[in-house]
Amino acid sequence: MDFDIPRIPLGDWIESGLDFLTTEFSGVTRAISRGTQTGINLLNDGLMWVPEWALIALVTLLCWRVGGRRLAIGALLGLALIWNLGLWNPMIQTLTLVVIATLIAIVIALPLGILAAISDRFYRVIMPILDFMQTMPAFVYLIPAIPFFGIGSVSGIFATVIFSMPPAIRFTTLGIRQVPKDLIEAADAYGSTRSQKLIKVQLPLSLPTLMGGINQTIMLALSMVVIAAMIGANGLGSEVWRAIQRLRPGEGFEAGIAVVIMAMLLDRLTQSLSGGKKKQ
Amino acid sequence: MTDTQQTKIQVRNLSKVFGDDPKKALKLRDEGLNRAQILEKTGQTLGLSNINFDVREGELLVIMGLSGSGKSTLIRCLNRLIEPTEGDIIIGGENIPQLNDKALLHCRRRHFSMVFQNFALFPHRTVQMNAEYGLEIRGIAKGERAEKAKNSLKQVGLEGWEHAYPSQLSGGMQQRVGLARALANDSSVLLMDEAFSALDPLIRRDMQQELIELQHRMKKTTIFITHDLDEALNIGDRIILLRDGEIVQIGTPEEVLTRPADDYVARFTEGVDRSRVVTARRVMRPVRATARHDDGPRTVLRKMSENSLDSIYVVDRERKLLGIVEADSVDEAAKAGKDSIQEIVSTDFPHIGPDESLATLYPMFQGKSFPVAVIDDEQRLLGVVVKGAVLEQLAQTGEH
Repeated sequence: MDFDIPRIPLGDWIESGLDFLTTEFSGVTRAISRGTQTGINLLNDGLMWVPEWALIALVTLLCWRVGGRRLAIGALLGLALIWNLGLWNPMIQTLTLVVIATLIAIVIALPLGILAAISDRFYRVIMPILDFMQTMPAFVYLIPAIPFFGIGSVSGIFATVIFSMPPAIRFTTLGIRQVPKDLIEAADAYGSTRSQKLIKVQLPLSLPTLMGGINQTIMLALSMVVIAAMIGANGLGSEVWRAIQRLRPGEGFEAGIAVVIMAMLLDRLTQSLSGGKKKQ
Repeated sequence: MTDTQQTKIQVRNLSKVFGDDPKKALKLRDEGLNRAQILEKTGQTLGLSNINFDVREGELLVIMGLSGSGKSTLIRCLNRLIEPTEGDIIIGGENIPQLNDKALLHCRRRHFSMVFQNFALFPHRTVQMNAEYGLEIRGIAKGERAEKAKNSLKQVGLEGWEHAYPSQLSGGMQQRVGLARALANDSSVLLMDEAFSALDPLIRRDMQQELIELQHRMKKTTIFITHDLDEALNIGDRIILLRDGEIVQIGTPEEVLTRPADDYVARFTEGVDRSRVVTARRVMRPVRATARHDDGPRTVLRKMSENSLDSIYVVDRERKLLGIVEADSVDEAAKAGKDSIQEIVSTDFPHIGPDESLATLYPMFQGKSFPVAVIDDEQRLLGVVVKGAVLEQLAQTGEH
């Protein structure tokens, strides 16, 4: 080729942008970091304080109540296996990260989802951003997380929130937009204000869809939390990571199976929770 | 319906254009172009054009038209679920199209309750909670709204179903909930958008009957949309016929049927069972002569022969109908030298109210030679119906 088109320094721009953010907002990021770390420690310590058998019994009971006998037996056997393999503590650490990341994701996603449902303009702006967030390879989020929050679990949570939030936003928007038009008309015809319509009609009716979104968010959070071990997040992910570095396939699979058990339990549990709401 | 009734809503020059340049469409309309031409030229639909009518206090007004005639648009313009393009809608001194958001909200809460074709019940709320909805958003206290909702559920016959969910009810019952939700709100106008169209025919008849009774009892101003002429004729005090977004005729069911404004209305009414709509008042004839209760037999005989009658109605001083006498028995009384006909007045004769339909009237002629007397609520004789007149009316089906 004769043309010598200069390479666009896209990477440089992004880096200087990130540098700018890290230096200018270091106070903010440090505060977030400290707050999140405190949350992680509290929840982790709390879960660790409960004896293993008691937590297993509690989860089994919960599964039995909301999901039936089969789910309860599955929970009992699965959790007992994790305990037996000596993966209890990493499992609790992973659970902590998933719970905190999901909570943060929902708190951010719910208002954004509602806004996107109400405003067409906001919808058009946010949808491509969500596409971007979801299709960008998950690993990439790990890199800027480090300058923001340093190596460790907080960075892991930051990356996890970004990766797992889109479905919660999408499903909230979808749920609200799916509410039948005649019900909206009925709410309007009787003189509902916008917030009355939202609270009394749109949100309750979009609950099943919304729970589906939360289920997706939890699943994505779990997968990301494992990957986040690469930047120092604790838990089952770091067990897998260590097994890779030492070339120990047996240990890797043990930790992997523990992740699978967690995923199945969380999935079935949230699904039966949302299903129960629908029947009411 | 009489003209002395107060006007509840005035609709003046109401038009609605669906499109992005409504002014242009209205200008073309004013230049005389029709709906199809405007659509072709501008890509915009003239949903309603120059609608003028009054809704009277306490009446059941039916707006009827085929799909695409603009009836759904019209009812939604009234409470601005659809924004009218131009025109006035005046209720209680307020012009609805000009209200700001807050005033509109108050107007909807105070004046309008709506019942929808597909019920539009909130599936996550119980029957009771559905009926309470309008009151709840107005901030009415819990105890009061529970009681009002209970009352209205009782009125539509849903007592004992308060804690059921809509999905547990049949279609007819669901629409009763829809009606209860509207009644509980105690608004001044009831808007019913094809309210019975989704119900099967038998239930539909029942619901129409109940609506008529309810409406007569409560005197609630009601605007009822339908595409079904039979329904319109059955329940309407007055009917507005819409075609292509314009009013073709306004009138009572009988006027629409017997004096259709144009061919369009006439074609509509062709298939209608006239016997259900035409009333006794329309086919009755004036009574040529009546006897007074204190007349002597000879006077009565003379009246009968002068008018060539075989029998004659007997009335009192206030024209209240007492009975009927036949020529034979009057003749006997005269021969017996009696000076009054009071003893021979027979009270066994067919009679009917002026607003009864021919369907009720016709069977009364089976095997009887008497005409049927038409009497009002105070027993006054208004006229008589003879078999021939009924047959003549029935034979007109399909003509105009």
